[in-house]
Amino acid sequence: MEMPRPDPAVLARKAQLVSRLRTILADDAIIHDEMETRAYECDALTAYKCPPLLAVLPSTTQEVSDVLRVCHDMNVPVVPRGSGTSLAGGALPTADSVILGVARMNDVLETDYPNRVIRVQTGRTNLSVSGAVEEEEFFYAPDPSSQLACAIAGNIAMNSGGAHCLKYGVTTNNLLGVTMVLMDGTVVELGGAHLDAGGLDLLGVICGSEGQLGVVTEATLRILHKPEGARPVLIGFDSNEVAGACVSDIIKSGILPVAIEFMDRPCIRACEAFAKAGYPDCEALLIVEVEGSEAEIAFQLDKIKEIANRHNPVELREAQDADQAARIWLGRKSAFGAMGQINDYMCLDGTIPVSSLPFVLRRIGELSQKFGLEVANVFHAGDGNMHPLILFDANKPGDLETCEAFGAEILKLCVEAGGCLTGEHGVGVEKRDLMLHQYTAGDLDAQLAVKDAFDPRWLLNPAKVFPLAVTEARRVAA
Amino acid sequence: MKMICPKSEAALAEFVAGADGPLAVTGGGTQGVALSGARVSLCGLSGVELYEPGALTLVVQSGTPVAKIEALLAKENQQLAFEPRDMRVLIGTQGDPTIGGVFATNLSGPRRIQAGATRDSLLGVRYVDGAGQCVKNGGRVMKNVTGYDLVKLMAGSYGTLGILTEVALKVLPRPETVGTLRFVGLTPVQAVAAMSKALGSPYDVTGAAHIPGTEPVTLIRLEGFEASVQYRIAELHAVLAEFGEVHAEMGTDVWRDVRDVKPLHAASGNIWRISVKPSDAPEVLAQLEPEAAMMDWGGGLIWAALPESQDARLAVEGVAGHATLLRGDGFPRFHPESAPVAKLANRLRAKFDPRGILNPGLMR
Repeated sequence: MEMPRPDPAVLARKAQLVSRLRTILADDAIIHDEMETRAYECDALTAYKCPPLLAVLPSTTQEVSDVLRVCHDMNVPVVPRGSGTSLAGGALPTADSVILGVARMNDVLETDYPNRVIRVQTGRTNLSVSGAVEEEEFFYAPDPSSQLACAIAGNIAMNSGGAHCLKYGVTTNNLLGVTMVLMDGTVVELGGAHLDAGGLDLLGVICGSEGQLGVVTEATLRILHKPEGARPVLIGFDSNEVAGACVSDIIKSGILPVAIEFMDRPCIRACEAFAKAGYPDCEALLIVEVEGSEAEIAFQLDKIKEIANRHNPVELREAQDADQAARIWLGRKSAFGAMGQINDYMCLDGTIPVSSLPFVLRRIGELSQKFGLEVANVFHAGDGNMHPLILFDANKPGDLETCEAFGAEILKLCVEAGGCLTGEHGVGVEKRDLMLHQYTAGDLDAQLAVKDAFDPRWLLNPAKVFPLAVTEARRVAA
Repeated sequence: MKMICPKSEAALAEFVAGADGPLAVTGGGTQGVALSGARVSLCGLSGVELYEPGALTLVVQSGTPVAKIEALLAKENQQLAFEPRDMRVLIGTQGDPTIGGVFATNLSGPRRIQAGATRDSLLGVRYVDGAGQCVKNGGRVMKNVTGYDLVKLMAGSYGTLGILTEVALKVLPRPETVGTLRFVGLTPVQAVAAMSKALGSPYDVTGAAHIPGTEPVTLIRLEGFEASVQYRIAELHAVLAEFGEVHAEMGTDVWRDVRDVKPLHAASGNIWRISVKPSDAPEVLAQLEPEAAMMDWGGGLIWAALPESQDARLAVEGVAGHATLLRGDGFPRFHPESAPVAKLANRLRAKFDPRGILNPGLMR
């Protein structure tokens, strides 16, 4: 992975930077010892590592502002970090950068049930936002699978999704306001507890900007009352095409399930061997979940079963109680763990139009033969967000490179099919160099112009999202 | 005045690149926005590019009339989830609303509280910027975090950052049944309390509006399969018992009136649209003492008819929110931005429209 060469002038000023930061932060909030900065050398994309110059852990928006002002003054790049769970290398440092972690900012600032909003500091984890409103039976809807660990700051940076976004939307649809600090230290308030912010939709641009426009320190999030209940049905098919057609028919029927998950045969087999959930041995498997009261659930599941039966399923299993529901989800939820048992794997995240599903799966099978690596597919079928898992052996020389080349081909295929490179993980460094497959240079220029407006000197997370060659002139000029 | 009506994105781009003065860009011209400069209409860019009911996606050219899209979707029992408001009677305009205009203004209908804002349905855009460059952002799939989200930036920018030429959007199933709970005689404070209670229940409320007056009416909407709507009406009935007598109606048209802000149609003076936190709405309404008013979004959106001399923004001072002047004169249309936000917005405008020719001054 190519990263910009560290600026020797910045490296030479480390002692001066530390002494200036000491006037702002407590000593234990500045991590500059070379052994200790290792803790920040990577995020969940562990194939790439580089310890930062130093890391800071501010506790307030004011401290974030002061830190950024100093770094701006001294021309030091800053890489914001939530919990470091990015699969795309969004928080990967360079040797001349300061990691700005928001982990110590995890308070709930206000819980407002009548207005259905919660305001939190962004170091708070996704699941603990729901935890804070659980006693009143409320929840925060976006549910990335890393929700136990991932921070709201990172969710906002990547516009994270989850299994239930077919009904509830992704982060951007549930984010009402932010307090954000620009690279020059300016504190900006956008939106709030009211439903639409005035003027240009800057909030919409911040969400998903991968920490390149500002550091979000506080967020107002929409909370909802939990549904009365939820129940899944499992449907097995003898071909991917038929399973895809069934998904389309369910959606056309007017039912909006909260989740439609799809697994192909390699994935079913691996999950079954690992979790013994009792899955049928078939080509494709759907898990469809609906919500509501008992009667509403039964009504919707009856309609879904009726549609599924028109497609000759090899298996149709409705959960009769909570235990059976848990068994249906067990295999799916352990898919990644199951893969990890067998092999090293790389998880992709392209999205495709649901209608191209059979074509894309067939083509992935052909590519798997060509590259000589196995692939298992598990994905959110309702919204076309695929998660192909490519299996490789990290200890075998050349295997990682082959895997990456295979992954790049799959993502290009997603774009060709009318989809995109990433549905919920973000571009980071991982997909940076593929951006010109989805967008023209002119399309990217418009995005770079936004970065120019928010961070004219290109100091915030500068080596991400865009191909380095495209941003080089801007980074060097700054 | 002469009106340019390009037949293709390329022709529009060429025209913009060669323009030597301000351009007044409109869709159907139904928002009543006062513009100066050479008139550019998008009516030449009309038509459906792609519609996949099984994927809930639609791609259309920006000048396509909303009515045409709604008719197309209705054939597949689908709809635009955000319920675009028809502003013609309220504002006193003619013409056919276009889908590009709907996204350029980002005015969401009653279902915003459940299905999201207009901008939340927008998946991808093509546009021509102020320099005449054609740009694409987003796509036609529902989950897409590839690069910055300029789709949101374009929504609600009133054509000042770029001229939309094509939009990809998410559509949703049309509910089988609509049911409405109607309370009579609640004060604004009681109404917001009732609406908040309904919206904070598990019963998936898709509309919550209050029309004050001599006989105030509070409306709560439920949608879905008939048995489910009946069930939830009964449950909500019990939850809201403290708010007095309630009537349940099925298949009512009253939501079209809420969508198009009918309670203000006969009012004189200026028309304001005020976005606040629902719990702040009764106090704002009390301060305004409007000739006619309506609360939508459970209280989060106030429509008010006020005398031409009255500044609605005084009532929003001290609470989070903003006020937009949609009909009339005497005040800027948009709420003033804070200094840091204005600085960012100005820098963005300078990048997207370096010559300042796209609907200049409209959003200032």
